Amino acid sequence: MDNNKITITINDRDYQVVAGQTIMQAADQCGYHIPRLCYHPKLSIEGACRVCIVQVEGAKNHVASCACPVADGMKIHTNTKELRQARRDIVELLLDNHPEDCHTCERDGNCELQRLAYSMGIRHRHFTGERKHYEKDLSGASVIRDPDKCILCGRCVRMCSEIQGVHCLTQAHRGFNTVVMPAYNLPFAETVCSGCGQCINVCPTASFVEKNHTQELFETLSDKSLVKVAQFAPSVRAAIGEAFGLAAGRNMEGELIAAMRKMGFDYVFDTQFAADLTIMEEGSEFLERIQSGGPLPLITSCSSAWMKYMEQFYPDLIDNISTAKSPMSMASALFKTYWAEKMDIAPKKILSVAAMCCTAKKYEAARPELDVNGMRATDIVVTTREMAWMIKSAGIDFVNIEPEKPDTPLGLSSGAGAIFGVTGGVMEAAVRTAYELYTGETLVDIEMAAIRGFQGIKEATVTIDGKDLRLVVAHGLGNAHQVMEMVREDPSRFHFVEIMGCPGGCIGGGGQPYATANSIPLDEEALRLRAQALYDLDRGKTIRRSHDNPDIQRLYKEFLGRPLSEKAHELLHTHYEAHLPKGIVSPNLKVV
Amino acid sequence: MATTETTAKTTSATAAERLAQLKTYIAETQENEHPDSFLIAVLHKAQELYGYLPVEVMDEVAEQMGIPTAHIWGVATFYHYFSLTPPGQHVISICLGTACYVRGAGQILQALKDELKIDVGEVTPDGMFSLQPARCLGACGLAPVVMIDDKIHGELTPKRMVQLINQYRKQAKK
Repeated sequence: MDNNKITITINDRDYQVVAGQTIMQAADQCGYHIPRLCYHPKLSIEGACRVCIVQVEGAKNHVASCACPVADGMKIHTNTKELRQARRDIVELLLDNHPEDCHTCERDGNCELQRLAYSMGIRHRHFTGERKHYEKDLSGASVIRDPDKCILCGRCVRMCSEIQGVHCLTQAHRGFNTVVMPAYNLPFAETVCSGCGQCINVCPTASFVEKNHTQELFETLSDKSLVKVAQFAPSVRAAIGEAFGLAAGRNMEGELIAAMRKMGFDYVFDTQFAADLTIMEEGSEFLERIQSGGPLPLITSCSSAWMKYMEQFYPDLIDNISTAKSPMSMASALFKTYWAEKMDIAPKKILSVAAMCCTAKKYEAARPELDVNGMRATDIVVTTREMAWMIKSAGIDFVNIEPEKPDTPLGLSSGAGAIFGVTGGVMEAAVRTAYELYTGETLVDIEMAAIRGFQGIKEATVTIDGKDLRLVVAHGLGNAHQVMEMVREDPSRFHFVEIMGCPGGCIGGGGQPYATANSIPLDEEALRLRAQALYDLDRGKTIRRSHDNPDIQRLYKEFLGRPLSEKAHELLHTHYEAHLPKGIVSPNLKVV
Repeated sequence: MATTETTAKTTSATAAERLAQLKTYIAETQENEHPDSFLIAVLHKAQELYGYLPVEVMDEVAEQMGIPTAHIWGVATFYHYFSLTPPGQHVISICLGTACYVRGAGQILQALKDELKIDVGEVTPDGMFSLQPARCLGACGLAPVVMIDDKIHGELTPKRMVQLINQYRKQAKK
């Protein structure tokens, strides 16, 4: 291995580093954090912002450290007077074409550009030139686009194409007139945008933000005539602490329930309960298809960004998609039927609110086919970020609050419901239940290592009653695309497919807290810690299988009858249709 | 004095024929080693056939080449050569090269803008004229020149320019 090492000098000190990496990567390992903006380790190298320049002795110009490989004997300087001046000029020029509205901006305090300007020592604006002005695009159900705040780093464009394979965005026009926009400058609502919100996660400024529902929610929370009911996704509890300065991976379930009650919610239920219910329905659907011979593979449907992507790019596979609604929509359907009846509350008086790690859930909530008895099932969806802001804004001491338990009967969940938030979790939970429902035997080894972890596509085989069932799990829509191509090519290759639209699954959702000063968006270590919080939650539960959840059993006994009953179909299942918005590319979509 | 004859653009091909031609052209490019790299060539062909790049045609190119529409949009908007709006019935290219410029192309351009009430890169509301800049048409001896469709008109003055426009208008009324 040692012959792979070379000697470089950084700031007059010698270091042995592995050859083949960039100056930035080598410097990172030697303890020098070179400032950067357009760079992201998961994306291709753009080299556009020039913030990461260094001096290399013998080189005529400053070198972009993100793009230049180290060489033996290279003498690098990262912090000279000349460099500091040059970098500061570069950032000042970016600022010159950026609104001066930090104190009224959604990203105030969470903005990479703001942090960068501060760390460069910029305390005055030296340049005043022409400034761009464009209309905001408010048309999307999930994502809002504000080109005025864009600094053209291109991270959103690369995320949308390289990781998500959606290819909604491009840098159109040129020079000063360059704007990040969808094809034909169409409003977002008419594009192939899946609503996943990953552009928001990687945007260094507030050029992309979620459609904000916090004011609307504050207003309705003060309406005394309504019964305010909340639910929250598994991944919200695993990440919301980060927005309050806590380390990644703290499970804040109890604190969140307590805070939501303090905010004015009358009942706080748990989406994990509905995740158990999803498993009952989807697992039964899977067994039914195995027994009746299809259509297989069965493909999961809980991820709303994935559903929109599928309807646009893979409408030919609609018959393979599970008809089971997402946990959020199942829970909301029950609030306004089963629970309303039980509590003798008029369904119209119920305000159903979901706190989600997801921006696409805002779009899902508005899908008309999910209405229940002519009412919207989920009235308001807020992201983890929005919920964190609301808790702070309401003056609730979140970190020190006394944890509380969810309300019953739609609050108790099994460990299987908790791991829904991690890639592979739905599959694992479904296998736990399907195995036992089918064989009547107890599955001893319920943790499926093969489908855990962050590899893009994970395959496993499980033997149920002598039959080998081939499973595949993909997270991130680009990986989903690859798996769908495999399914198109050979439908018999898999029996069961789990797709999550976001990298890492819901824990890496588009609505999760922004990266802090010491982390990067979608940091793999942070994702791993969030995942661990959910796996620990599962391990800490006595009940780890959805069908063992006594409140699930009671729900079927009292109300639904059995999985896939007529009542279950009416309330817990939905259907999908092909949507072909302008700009679609159906054949051979390329994930570069 | 240069000729003042008009030659109306005759694109007699039917929509189906044009589409077939475009598809054939794309199919040929796809046999090459890096088919994606032919995008600009394909867009040139499309503009030659349609006079500009209609959205439906860019969709077609996307489908045929398997390249995302957003990417095609990025390329089509980057290069000034590509036009995203239908050209006027007559395309006026005004030479802004050095020779024409020192001989008064600036005043000719102003006269055109005033008369047509459009800016460079735009089309008159009646669809009759579109105005585009050009860098040297190779007729410096006649400077300042404009090219209307494929005819060169030289030694222009602002007054002559307006007269020329009126001739085209008169012809259209016939």
